Amino acid sequence: MANLKIGLAGNPNVGKTTLFNTLTGLNQHVGNWPGKTVAQAKGHYKHNGNEVEVIDLPGNYALSAHSMEEIVSRDFIVDEDADVIVNIIDAANIERNLYLTVQMMELGANLVVALNMNKYAQDKGYTIDANKLSELLGVPVVEIEANSDTGKEELLKTVEQAAQNPVNTTERLVYNNELKEHIAELQAVIEEDKNLLDVPSSWIAIKLLENDEIVEEKIEGSSKRNNIQAETKKVKDHLEGIFGEGSEEVIANARYAFIDGLLKESLTKPNHLKVSISEKIDKIVTNRILGFPIFIVIMYAMFEIVFTFGAPFQDLIDEFFGILGDFIVGSLGETMLSSFLVNGLIGGVGGVLVFLPQIILLFLIISFLEDCGYLARAAFVMDKLMHKFVGLHGKAFIPMLLGFGCGVPGIMATRTMENEKDRLITMLIVPFMSCSARMPVYLLLVGAFFAANQSLVILSLYLVGIIVAVIVAFILRKTTFKEMSAPFVMELPDYKLPTIRGILMHTLEKSWGFIKKAGTIILVASIVIWMLSYFPAGVEYGSQESAIGTIGTVIAPVFAPLGFGEWQPAVALAFGLVAKEVVVGTFSSLFGVAEEGAGIITAMHGIFTPLTAYVFMVFVLLYIPCFAALGAIKQETGGWKYPLIMSAVTLVTAYVVSFIVYMVGLGLGLG
Amino acid sequence: MIKKLNELKSGETGVLASYGSGGDLELKRHLLGMGFVKGADVEVEKVAPLGDPIQVKVKGYSVCLRKEEAKNIEIEV
Repeated sequence: MANLKIGLAGNPNVGKTTLFNTLTGLNQHVGNWPGKTVAQAKGHYKHNGNEVEVIDLPGNYALSAHSMEEIVSRDFIVDEDADVIVNIIDAANIERNLYLTVQMMELGANLVVALNMNKYAQDKGYTIDANKLSELLGVPVVEIEANSDTGKEELLKTVEQAAQNPVNTTERLVYNNELKEHIAELQAVIEEDKNLLDVPSSWIAIKLLENDEIVEEKIEGSSKRNNIQAETKKVKDHLEGIFGEGSEEVIANARYAFIDGLLKESLTKPNHLKVSISEKIDKIVTNRILGFPIFIVIMYAMFEIVFTFGAPFQDLIDEFFGILGDFIVGSLGETMLSSFLVNGLIGGVGGVLVFLPQIILLFLIISFLEDCGYLARAAFVMDKLMHKFVGLHGKAFIPMLLGFGCGVPGIMATRTMENEKDRLITMLIVPFMSCSARMPVYLLLVGAFFAANQSLVILSLYLVGIIVAVIVAFILRKTTFKEMSAPFVMELPDYKLPTIRGILMHTLEKSWGFIKKAGTIILVASIVIWMLSYFPAGVEYGSQESAIGTIGTVIAPVFAPLGFGEWQPAVALAFGLVAKEVVVGTFSSLFGVAEEGAGIITAMHGIFTPLTAYVFMVFVLLYIPCFAALGAIKQETGGWKYPLIMSAVTLVTAYVVSFIVYMVGLGLGLG
Repeated sequence: MIKKLNELKSGETGVLASYGSGGDLELKRHLLGMGFVKGADVEVEKVAPLGDPIQVKVKGYSVCLRKEEAKNIEIEV
């Protein structure tokens, strides 16, 4: 019986989060690392009477001071007295994965290595002798499959044993004699200051030779700094003289040499690697000629699936709320309460839930593309375009694609980007990606005006969003965020058949986020709409004399140049600030009709022409994102500055672009 | 013969000879961690549809980088 604390560490794409989910199930919560913008997932499980706390560290390739994620992971190993660090390794990619392992050994972490994805290693022709590897590393090595329970029991037992018998992994590392000798000299000087020794002195020595800014800064505060700095310089110069390259390269070489030594004895691989399935798939998917068409086809297919398969479920939910509304009016009569329930609650929340099937489908597809490895290929195919025209990393494409589901996870996904300015620009243009909350608005108006070309019209709106994002990013890069160039360097993970469980967990999590949003913000908004429509007492519900009608009438003229100067669209847009899907709920409340069916279509024909309906959709697409997205930007940037910039930029953009579209439409005689 | 990594054609292989001096330190550090060390076998697997970035096989896995980022890496072909 004990309380244990373990950290999960590993490269990106090795199944770390999958293992975290397998271990902790639903006993987990996601927050932030104290004082950092890096997400931290914590959970716990019980095993053999032990209460085990699990912390999922960020996925890292190394433990330098390269990014916030790497610093967080390394601080965790240094400062938090975790009993065991479980290092998940992709067996098919063992050589590079061990580079992180070696760096954790430099820190003396009490490691348990979990070899994952052994099936893929076998497919590649790799045979790994786990016992031999364990012997050489001096730490336990367990074979697991993170997406099932294979090896789980053994891993848990091994973790408990390792917690009882901690190993000083630093001692197991062997670098070449020349380097070892000089590290020892530097160590001797470092050890003169006992205050520095909360980490292995050999680690400090290595980091100084790697020009690690954080460790250098720490040395600045040491009483022995002059000696240490002088010795560091001496060793650096000496190594450079001997090896003919900088000390950083010398150390990286030594690590890989150590790994080579390990693998010579523990890994057999075929002389000629056969062409892997991933390579075969990539021959087509990232093909020079086919790469782009395939990308566009996948995007288009995504939307077709969402509409075709979503519709029947949508009708069912819609019908349910219709029956519920009739039942309430039938049993309560026309009272204030029934008006509140039907117009306020069902009109708003019900109108949002109706679109849940489509949102779930969208997230299913995005999770699938992410888990199978296509998203990285999309970034590879798109990088030139992103880099040349938007000045962004191909990785910016991923948050932007997520933005099509919901801006909030999209904004959060910018965390994978290492360059701060790249990250900010991406965050500011993600909301131009047409999120699923705009979909209800499109579906309503496209259904009413463009029934024959639904997919095409909606696709055009998505493209408008993308083009505007490109232009805005270009302007931002030329003005606010100059001189930036983030390296692209990105792993292309092997294609994997995603597990159903993984996809469902992703989808559930994201759809639940949407429901929570619908359940809180939108509920409040719907009630406010209802009150503004019902009061002052005695006026006809939602008429021009109601509070909401007065507000709309006052701001409506502003939109007249865009072709929709009526008061109802103005009101709908005002409430759309809360969340864009509320636009539909507002229309249905204002006209006192259901969110779907002939009633609302007639109402829409009363205030829009096909052209102004399209302009209105463009405006909805581009204007201020919902409060949730603004909140996410505030959270990520730590202040109101960027949410406010965002609001101003989007409002101006929406007005200008809508005006241009309207003028062009009139010019073409579409009015 | 020594060539820069960005000059290698699709399908060409070689051994990493050195990093030229210059170039971004952060980038070099990142690339070292990703396996671009002296003596590593390197193969340019593919060039992206628009001519950039390139996909490189190193240490048994695939990584992509822009030509701009590859130009400091010297390859013995």
